[in-house]
Amino acid sequence: MIEMILINGLIMGGMYAILAMGFSLVFGVGRILNIAHTAFYMVTAFLIFISTNILRFPMLPSAIVSVFLVMGLGMVCFWLFFDRVKEHETALIIIGISLALLFQEILLLIFGGSYRGIKPFVDGLVLVGDASFTYQQVLAIVASVITLTGVWIILKKTSLGLAIRSISQDREVANLMGIQVDRICLITFGISAGLAAIAGVVVAPIFMVHPLMWANPLIIILAATVLGGMGSIKGSVIASFILGYAETIVVFMVPEGSFLRGAVSMAIMISTLLIRPEGLFGVIFEEELL
Amino acid sequence: MSGYLFWLTRWVKGEIIAIPGRLLAAVFLLFLFLVPGVSSHPYFLDTLTLTAIFTIYAASWDVLAGFTGQVNLGHALFFGIAAYTVAFLNVHLGFPPWATIPLGGLISVLGGFIVGFPALRLRGIYLSLVTLGFPIILTGLILVFGAYTGGELGISGIASLSGSSVKSYYIAMGVMVVSLFVMYKFTDAESKIIRIGVILHAIREDEITARSSGINTTNYKLLAFAVSGFFGGIAGSLYAHSIRVAGPSTLDLFLSFQAILWTVFGGMRTIYGPVVGVFFLYPLTEFLRIYEIGEHLRFIAMAVVMIFILLYMPEGLTIWVRDKMEVICPRCKLANMMIRRSCRACGAPLHLK
Repeated sequence: MIEMILINGLIMGGMYAILAMGFSLVFGVGRILNIAHTAFYMVTAFLIFISTNILRFPMLPSAIVSVFLVMGLGMVCFWLFFDRVKEHETALIIIGISLALLFQEILLLIFGGSYRGIKPFVDGLVLVGDASFTYQQVLAIVASVITLTGVWIILKKTSLGLAIRSISQDREVANLMGIQVDRICLITFGISAGLAAIAGVVVAPIFMVHPLMWANPLIIILAATVLGGMGSIKGSVIASFILGYAETIVVFMVPEGSFLRGAVSMAIMISTLLIRPEGLFGVIFEEELL
Repeated sequence: MSGYLFWLTRWVKGEIIAIPGRLLAAVFLLFLFLVPGVSSHPYFLDTLTLTAIFTIYAASWDVLAGFTGQVNLGHALFFGIAAYTVAFLNVHLGFPPWATIPLGGLISVLGGFIVGFPALRLRGIYLSLVTLGFPIILTGLILVFGAYTGGELGISGIASLSGSSVKSYYIAMGVMVVSLFVMYKFTDAESKIIRIGVILHAIREDEITARSSGINTTNYKLLAFAVSGFFGGIAGSLYAHSIRVAGPSTLDLFLSFQAILWTVFGGMRTIYGPVVGVFFLYPLTEFLRIYEIGEHLRFIAMAVVMIFILLYMPEGLTIWVRDKMEVICPRCKLANMMIRRSCRACGAPLHLK
């Protein structure tokens, strides 16, 4: 039981951390609450499904190609839709909802509402104590650690990372310092979609693939971003692991707990907003205070 | 007697026929009244009944989000609370519809207060996120206590609104017209009797300034939550009575989003915007369902239309059309038909070269 909770929490937390990191990046840089973020994750899972189960391509190349395709899709979506209404907070939310619905319905039209499995990248089981885990689950943990460190290095060591961080601290001053804010926004949106795609690649073989799979992770990454502090990358990663474990513990310990998945995260999110609106690591900006 | 008639015709001519928007609204009302005479096919009428119900629901979102600026991403909470309240009262306690519908609305007001108290400490995106959370928590609880709430299937066997489709249609339309009128007056910024409307506008535009002008913004926002919750609840109660099941789908994230889509399509910050949005989109998506391919295409069409509207008519359809039909007199601020050269009241030239 303990091993199950530990490993499953790590897998869920890792997936949420990758998703929340991308979400938080876009929120920090563009002040965009991107509801369609997890739709990119869903689209990737379906791309993997198409290329491996229908077209019979090998796993690794199809994973890489889908990640890049979804990055491109993300940038096109930003350029066509989000960029044009970025002044209006409500319009951004509604564009996000519409896009997510659009992807969902197109996938429903093509594939129908049934749940589909993807065969794992690697076969085999590993025993930890009494519980057994597939290699795929171990791979998911390793992949999320690598991705998170990778993004961390990009943010801390490269000039792109410096630009991203400075824009999220102060957009106007960053612009005055000669940073091309619009271009960095576009690139950040691409990175964010790419991160969602990586999360999709990693967990597609573990979970079932279906056209409504975007809704639940969306709720949890919203909660994670709030708990960690809006726009704080470190905070959202740590919060994702906290929520991943909270969810796993509720699912394993509480009877009928699987119905409460979303509810737990939402309860944590609401209490965070009431007790400490800036979250664990966030700063609340002067102009956003009441 | 003839004097009254004279003033009535003067009033109709000056306040309704002279303003294209109001003329359209009057024609639309007349049309709705005559529909059952043209076709009394139950499926057709039931769809229109649901359209009326969703109109109340979307307009109640507009009161809160459009006028007061509190963008509520979980508006289905009010709808769902009322639907479940109605189900409990009607199925277990045997209350008739005329009692359950107002009670459902009142319990929703309570829900509005519960959401409102924590939410009002926050603003902008933070408030939206808190409101998003509540229906999800409630859905989780409903599914966990499935023994009492019917779980995923919900509570069925609710009494129908009335015996026949035609009667239900008139009841729903009547409630819709009254609710819309009350909401319109509640939010009307130009009203000289009720000041709430202008205060709500002030809160949306600049809350800090409103506060420093001596307005207790918290109370007014709470009032907006209560009114919005009440009408959202009325819609939920009517819905439960007309489809006769209250299930977790009444609290769905998608239902919350639909209120937003309808309202933004029609035009935010107008009570007539949601009316146009729902009467346009809901019957369209319902009638598309008849055909097999339409079943899948309807939400694709809706999403595409939404994106198009946001990019090219960000104010919404009604405002776009209104600006093509009406012109406001620069001197006396009275609405005039676009084709007029000079204002009908003060004679000021309308279209300055």
